[in-house]
Amino acid sequence: MITTAAENLSLFGRDPWWLIVVKAVFCFAFAMLTVLFSIVWERKVVAWMQLRIGPNRHGPWGMLQSLADGVKLMLKEDVVVKGADKVVYILAPIVAAIPAFMAFAVIPFGPADNEISVFGTRTPMQLTDLPVGVLFILATASVGIYGIVLAGWSSGSTYPLLGGLRSTAQMISYEIAMGLSFAAVFLYSHSMSTSQIVASQQDKWYVLLLPVSFIVYVVAMVGETNRAPFDLPEAEGELVGGFNTEYSSIKFAMFMLAEYVNMVTVSAVATTLFLGGWRAPWPITTFWDGANHGWWPLLWFTVKIQLSLFFFIWLRGTLPRMRYDQFMKLGWKVLIPVSMVWLMLVAAVRALRNDNYDFGRIALYVGGAVLVVLLLSLVVDVFRDRGRKRADAEADAEADRKPFDPMAGGYPVPPLPGQTLPPVPRRRPRGERQLVPVNGENGTGTTNGEETGDDH
Amino acid sequence: MTQTTVGIGGAAEGTDMVLNIGPQHPSTHGVLRLRLVLDGERISSAEPVIGYMHRGAEKLFEARDYRQIIMLANRHDWLSAFSNELGVVLAVERMLGMEVPERAVWTRTLLAELNRALNHLMFLGSYPLELGGMTPVFHAFREREELQTVMEEISGGRMHYMFNRVGGLKEDMPAGWTGRARQAVAAVRGRMDVFDKLVLGNEIFRARTRGVGVLDRRTVHAYGVSGPVARACGTDFDLRRDEPYLAYGELADVLKVVTREEGDCLARFECLLEQTHNALDLADACLDRLAELPPGPVNQRLPKVLKAPEGATYAWTENPLGVNGYYLVSKGEKTPYRLKLRSASFNNVQVLTELLPGTLVADMVAILGSLFFVVGDVDK
Repeated sequence: MITTAAENLSLFGRDPWWLIVVKAVFCFAFAMLTVLFSIVWERKVVAWMQLRIGPNRHGPWGMLQSLADGVKLMLKEDVVVKGADKVVYILAPIVAAIPAFMAFAVIPFGPADNEISVFGTRTPMQLTDLPVGVLFILATASVGIYGIVLAGWSSGSTYPLLGGLRSTAQMISYEIAMGLSFAAVFLYSHSMSTSQIVASQQDKWYVLLLPVSFIVYVVAMVGETNRAPFDLPEAEGELVGGFNTEYSSIKFAMFMLAEYVNMVTVSAVATTLFLGGWRAPWPITTFWDGANHGWWPLLWFTVKIQLSLFFFIWLRGTLPRMRYDQFMKLGWKVLIPVSMVWLMLVAAVRALRNDNYDFGRIALYVGGAVLVVLLLSLVVDVFRDRGRKRADAEADAEADRKPFDPMAGGYPVPPLPGQTLPPVPRRRPRGERQLVPVNGENGTGTTNGEETGDDH
Repeated sequence: MTQTTVGIGGAAEGTDMVLNIGPQHPSTHGVLRLRLVLDGERISSAEPVIGYMHRGAEKLFEARDYRQIIMLANRHDWLSAFSNELGVVLAVERMLGMEVPERAVWTRTLLAELNRALNHLMFLGSYPLELGGMTPVFHAFREREELQTVMEEISGGRMHYMFNRVGGLKEDMPAGWTGRARQAVAAVRGRMDVFDKLVLGNEIFRARTRGVGVLDRRTVHAYGVSGPVARACGTDFDLRRDEPYLAYGELADVLKVVTREEGDCLARFECLLEQTHNALDLADACLDRLAELPPGPVNQRLPKVLKAPEGATYAWTENPLGVNGYYLVSKGEKTPYRLKLRSASFNNVQVLTELLPGTLVADMVAILGSLFFVVGDVDK
């Protein structure tokens, strides 16, 4: 395996200089076009979810809306606030935007074995590949977030500062979960090079083999790109615009661009690592052998990216924003432990397979272990619930025992809900009631008077 | 929390971050301003600064006659215009000892409840929006549109109805209006699932609101908080039941005073939601009753110059957002000597000083939204 990886990588880096330029421009253009399309697509889809029409003024079906928006933003007045740290303030959007594109250098758009020919030169459908391609992607993604942090800090204003701080914490906690989800993929593919990872998904995509890793990655990628429901650094309802509050014109456009390019990038990574990369989906490959050859892989790759982007849009249209501390809790207390345990499990299974245990027994061991853990947690839950219920019952009994005293505060007050008045002393039956004398000793005189009154 | 004070001479200044929420901020629905002192993201003290929208309504009342006042009075809480008008005309009618035709009473009750549903739908939509969920507000506005069409047809206004007159209503319902009103109510009720299930059932929504901003009953009583906000803390008080005006006395079996015990943001939202359902039911009950009533006048003939006799009265109504009262003092002139306005939001918003300290900035938005206020009602 290791030797084949090296062989495959040897196909890269042999292009003539003009082809490298063409490919680099293609990567940039692909990212830009996908962004331009996905902004319009997002606005359309969200509009449908919200019973609106969405943009329809610029171009057919509003397709040129994001282009028009871009031009508008460039022509707007560029304000640099007085309290800003000018150098960092201008640098921040650039730092945010450029690394977003860089990850595309190692994303495979098609098979690596020189299948296509550009002006007579046969070449792989990938700008380049590295033995540590995925680490390169992680690195560029983290650099991009510096742009947001620096923007928040350099604006010299309160809302951006809070947004920047949130972004810092978000980056730290979600990079870890993301890295852990990648590690399981590395264990299966024996490689960190993207072309190799796609190549090793020939039989089964990793989304089927490593579902937990995929879910962790999906959550982490939404967190990483600051998209709803994890758009805490922007949080327009709380922090107005978050880190980009003080930005305008082209600098603001750069942040928007960075956000959307990041979305495309993480979608491309998800596709490459988990969704079989440029491979055609299952039913197509059964009847069409050519689906994974020539230029066709580009189509499957684009479709998968678009589906992933639709998922982002869907989330934004349906979910409210999480709270900052809940989000941190999700990262540190759920995603990281879960992916740790999962990683251990994957490693154990790999090790057992390397020792030639057959799959059935491995499944038995793993299934048994999972079952035991689940049972234990169930038992613990039952007992904890029982304890809580007992405590509640005791507290209730305590409250019941203490009688309600309407005069406790010095004034008579009605009982609050849950409290009951002490029982009213019952009146004695009518027959036993004694007549109360009104005028001193003569008690019967009044009753006589009333009777005479009735007679009238 | 430690507060460090650094400075020389008179220039002493705390090092804690002071965050101004508003007057222009997306979650304040207008121009409410909150001055927060932050320790990290935790709020250590909060002070609502109000008055950016003060229009001197009470002073303006004193220079208008009773017909013109209605127009002014329905503007302070622009989401419950009908109920605002109602308070004024009830006060003047009481001063005059005027009897309102039964048909007008029932129509008023109906419109007040439709207005309540309209108001609540606005907040049912805007509250998820503040928590970051964009979609429900559009669905809320679709429902509002249904009801607004009906209201527009009867009164000509979509927000400021100007349909109340001293002694009744401006005019009778258009032909066939009740049928269309019934359809609108049924349509809105049929789609309330969006809020019952999609919004209220959302896990993130519940996590953001449960146990957040818990308001206890003592604070409610101390600050004079009213309406759904107060009822969410178990304060079982609703003027429609406890001091019935209009036809509410006869609607006792339909009217349901919704209360919750928890007092948190979720309870407030639940109260609002259930109250919307109840408002729709009440509207239906009013429509049923109107169908049985014989045709008759809906207003009284008024003199050219309407003067309230010398004296004072206080008319309070259960507005959608809480208790709304008018204290009317007349010296027998055609304008009131004084018309004091007690608006619900004014009291409800003050409780923020108690609620906010100790919470996070993100919770601030959740709490602010769950107090269901209209800035015009705060600033008058």
